[in-house]
Amino acid sequence: MTTTTPALTGSRRRPGDKVFSGSAAASAVLILVILAGVGLFLLAEAYPALVAPADQIEGGEGLVVYLWPILFGTVLTSVIAMLVAVPVAVGIALFISHYAPRRLSQTLGYVVDLLAAVPSIVYGFWGFQVFALALVPLYQWLAENVGWIPLFAGPASTTGKTILTASLVLAVMILPIISALSREVFLQTPRLHEEAALALGATRWEMIKYAVIPYGRSGVISASMLGLGRALGETMAVTLVLSASTSAITFNLINTANPPTIAAEIALNFPEATGLRLSTLIAAGLVLFVLTFAVNFAARALVTRQKGGST
Amino acid sequence: MSRQIDVSDLDIYYGSFLAVEKVTMEIKPRSITALIGPSGCGKSTFLRSLNRMHEVIPGARVEGKVVLDGQDLYGPGVDPVAVRRSVGMVFQNPNPFPTMSIYDNVLAGMRLNNKRLKRSEADAVVEHSLRGANLWKEVQDRLDRPGAGLSGGQQQRLCIARAIAVQPQVLLMDEPCSALDPISTLAIEDLMGELKKEYTIVIVTHNMQQASRVSDRTGFFNIEGTGKPGKLVEMDATDTIFSNPSVKATEDYVSGRFG
Repeated sequence: MTTTTPALTGSRRRPGDKVFSGSAAASAVLILVILAGVGLFLLAEAYPALVAPADQIEGGEGLVVYLWPILFGTVLTSVIAMLVAVPVAVGIALFISHYAPRRLSQTLGYVVDLLAAVPSIVYGFWGFQVFALALVPLYQWLAENVGWIPLFAGPASTTGKTILTASLVLAVMILPIISALSREVFLQTPRLHEEAALALGATRWEMIKYAVIPYGRSGVISASMLGLGRALGETMAVTLVLSASTSAITFNLINTANPPTIAAEIALNFPEATGLRLSTLIAAGLVLFVLTFAVNFAARALVTRQKGGST
Repeated sequence: MSRQIDVSDLDIYYGSFLAVEKVTMEIKPRSITALIGPSGCGKSTFLRSLNRMHEVIPGARVEGKVVLDGQDLYGPGVDPVAVRRSVGMVFQNPNPFPTMSIYDNVLAGMRLNNKRLKRSEADAVVEHSLRGANLWKEVQDRLDRPGAGLSGGQQQRLCIARAIAVQPQVLLMDEPCSALDPISTLAIEDLMGELKKEYTIVIVTHNMQQASRVSDRTGFFNIEGTGKPGKLVEMDATDTIFSNPSVKATEDYVSGRFG
């Protein structure tokens, strides 16, 4: 054996490694730079509105009074959309992952993925032309029969273009993305956990409760937050579906006095806006930016805490 | 709580593939029956057919009879969920529910049976089961901690405690020690010796020393080739199987001269 042993000391430069780690790091930095750039742009452009005297802001009572209703509208529509969409989406995901026969579940999974790719303007048109009108009789019934609940106090809108309609359209829009992601997580449930439950004599539902849902919980939260992010920022569908007439802050979901959402407010007014009005709208955009940021941070914190608790 | 199992002419299929052919076997109560054989010979499939766990795989079905204490497990109207409640199972890899505490893991099966337990009753079940699994002393002061925080051997004993908490008639163990170190293995083997006073135990193992150490009777499964069904070649008292088997293939396998 006269072969020399290769030197074990000293680091050989491997060009592939360097290129890969370099480009990965560059991508990571780039995303931070873009984010910071957007934030700075919003701050700089919104600055005139932030320091302007109250009577010069749209509405004449200052920035906070102007922004508050549209922030409220944004959060209200998104929260209702989440309340409606998440349980249904989780149900769909569980059906596809654990109940449906294989061929049906493949078809369904494909359809759900397809729905996630439908442009929002299409949902907007559908919501505006079909869904809103279809909901009018329901709203009238609600106003007449359960009007004592503040949510349905009425008088019911005759066009159906209400906060509730907008929320429901948003719910339909975020449904596919939440169920597609949840389905993926549910399918990853270790067979071992499922068998642990089944071997104890669990029915299918009990197996899901013991093994699948605990395993998928953090994934469902992440999926929901992605959906919430989409709902908060959704512009076209809400602009089309919601006839925002006033800046009223109300939990009355089915009458015509609705605050718009931030994104819809910007889209409606941006084309004609100049000067201080433009800055005001950009300030609204800044608020939305901060809001989505906060939501994502909260979601992250929630997911980490869940994981920390389970190990 | 211990019952006899009589298996007669059992064929197990996955779809149209015959995985195990014509097994006839008598499993005695209050004893340990070991099933040995090369990989893929169908011994795990057979074990799973004893509590209908193989039906988790779509297309799985059986022909023949598995009679537990006079009742055919595959008879018309028999609910596999009910079968699994009276025939417990421990798996190759420890699988406590990761998000549940040690306490809740032990009670998981009881809660599935929809029994409303008083706190004192639940405490008693947990202590009794953990003592039964030789784990009580190690975990009694951290019952509220997650089961996933235990060592592998402790997790496996937790799974045994979980299985015996519902007081099954039979306990099936599918290579329960193959993921464990020798010391944990010894702990589990000692435990099996204790458990057989109360339960009928069937264990699948690749470890022939283990089969000869713990079991009363041993069945040897073999397969003729890829795609052929597995068969029960021979079954006898463990001493006989390991010292004086009647079939050449068994002798070759237990003496390591296989293949």
